[in-house]
Amino acid sequence: MSVLVYTENSAGKFKKSTYEVVSYGNEIASKLGVDLKVISIGNVSNDELASLGKYGAKKVLNVADDKFSKFNGQAFASAIAEAAKTEGANVVVIANSFSGKGLAPRVAIKLTAGFVDGAIALPDMSSGFVVRKGAYSGKAFADVNITSDVKVISLNPNSYKVIETPQTAEVVAFTPNVKDSDFRITVKEIVKASDKISLPEAELVVSAGRGLKGPENWGMIEELANLLGAATACSKPVSDSHWRPHSEHVGQTGIAVSPNLYLAIGISGAIQHLAGVSSSKTIVVINKDPEAPFFKAADYGIVGDAFEVVPKLIEAVKKFKAANA
Amino acid sequence: MKILVCISNVPDTTTKINFTPDNKSFVTTGVQYIINPYDEIALTRSLELTEKDGGTVTVINVGDATTEPTIRKALAIGATDAVRVNAAPRDAYFVAKQIADYAKDKGFDLILTGRESIDYNGAQVGSMVAEMLDLPAISSVKMLTINGSAATIEREIEGGKEIVECALPLVASASEGMAEPRIPNMRGIMSARTKPLVVVDASSVEQLTSVVGYDKPKPRSTVNLIPSDNVEKLVELLHTEAKVI
Repeated sequence: MSVLVYTENSAGKFKKSTYEVVSYGNEIASKLGVDLKVISIGNVSNDELASLGKYGAKKVLNVADDKFSKFNGQAFASAIAEAAKTEGANVVVIANSFSGKGLAPRVAIKLTAGFVDGAIALPDMSSGFVVRKGAYSGKAFADVNITSDVKVISLNPNSYKVIETPQTAEVVAFTPNVKDSDFRITVKEIVKASDKISLPEAELVVSAGRGLKGPENWGMIEELANLLGAATACSKPVSDSHWRPHSEHVGQTGIAVSPNLYLAIGISGAIQHLAGVSSSKTIVVINKDPEAPFFKAADYGIVGDAFEVVPKLIEAVKKFKAANA
Repeated sequence: MKILVCISNVPDTTTKINFTPDNKSFVTTGVQYIINPYDEIALTRSLELTEKDGGTVTVINVGDATTEPTIRKALAIGATDAVRVNAAPRDAYFVAKQIADYAKDKGFDLILTGRESIDYNGAQVGSMVAEMLDLPAISSVKMLTINGSAATIEREIEGGKEIVECALPLVASASEGMAEPRIPNMRGIMSARTKPLVVVDASSVEQLTSVVGYDKPKPRSTVNLIPSDNVEKLVELLHTEAKVI
């Protein structure tokens, strides 16, 4: 028996969301009294792999075959499912990232495992194996009991803290027996805006809406975001008007985020927008309309014009950063 | 080209969500149902592809008879025909199994789903169907073009995008950007009434998960309004009280 965690890497490096899933898996393993094992796929250095021990991993299965150098949901799922069988895993944990969404359901089918995606808390094992997830696009939670012997969970980013529980991790090479027909997808190109903070994983998000009047006014939003180390986001009307890319659209039909801080500027707070941000830990709303519905969902608010408040806020953050540097 | 689009019947995006007193079920009274918005994007892209290169678009839904207005809407938008698997959708595994069982011997070149449903927020069905049919799948697809017997696909990744190529058949899950949904015109609405909608029986599937209950997020305490001439106070509170910066 064991808990198996898939540790996704980005260009050979593990991200905070990876350490979140390892910490989450470790907590389940210690509750079950079993070992935490990890599978890494792709070209990751031995030092980076061994660092997983810091978060409780006892054994790291390393799939370094060149065939696996780029993401392929089908082949990766085959490798993870094989590792789960080899290691006798009864729980498999995968990050609910874009790639995770493509492979976790396949792993579940391969293992005839019940699957909960987008978990936001540890399973409650007091009666069954009940995992909490968001439902109705941020308007509700669902508690789902997994009744199968083997269980698969995908964990939302920013939903579980990184906990250090140092172990010595044994890194072993793992060569899964994956069939050629699993490799039907060819990755042609990866386009990354590397200086940008990824929105789904961001701890701080600065978001703006139609109140900004036009795409030419986003300079101050980006300046504020850069100062804070935040990702930028926008409301649906803004991405629909092509002022900002769809990848920044937060809301019911966009990306759902749960950052520590969601700062909304010139967004009225339609129910569809609130659905995508309601699990943020702290919400700040800046809007010139005191009747904007978003104020009812906010922790802090400023009633004022974005074009006056944001420049002042930029100065205040600069002063704060200088004082706390 | 033969395309299958999987559609889910979900509450309209403006719906206020309520549950029964035992928190076990969603209260459907007074709720307007729609095609899951991402599925509608997938449907629209399918129509664009078949209008250009020829072919058919079949929509499939797993649901009881109450989902038929939503299926008719898909036909009004332009789908060729429709299939309803007659069963309440228990979970993603159940739904995926029904779709895979229907699709396995039909020779679809492309099976499309939405990125996720806006009710259960699972992003599972597409990849599960692909696994059951031993097909490649690409999720969160923002762009899909077909060149002969292969597809070029752009999928979303953290902080960027990835461009992949894959021979048909395959499964793709549509995200925003793949197409702009269409409003059905009068001719579409009229012809939808007579397009074929076949009802098939569900196959039995073992149950691996069950929802124990639902609840709603606790409302936030009253907003702390800070005067607009004192933004320093906001920065201070975010540091000392909220501890987020």
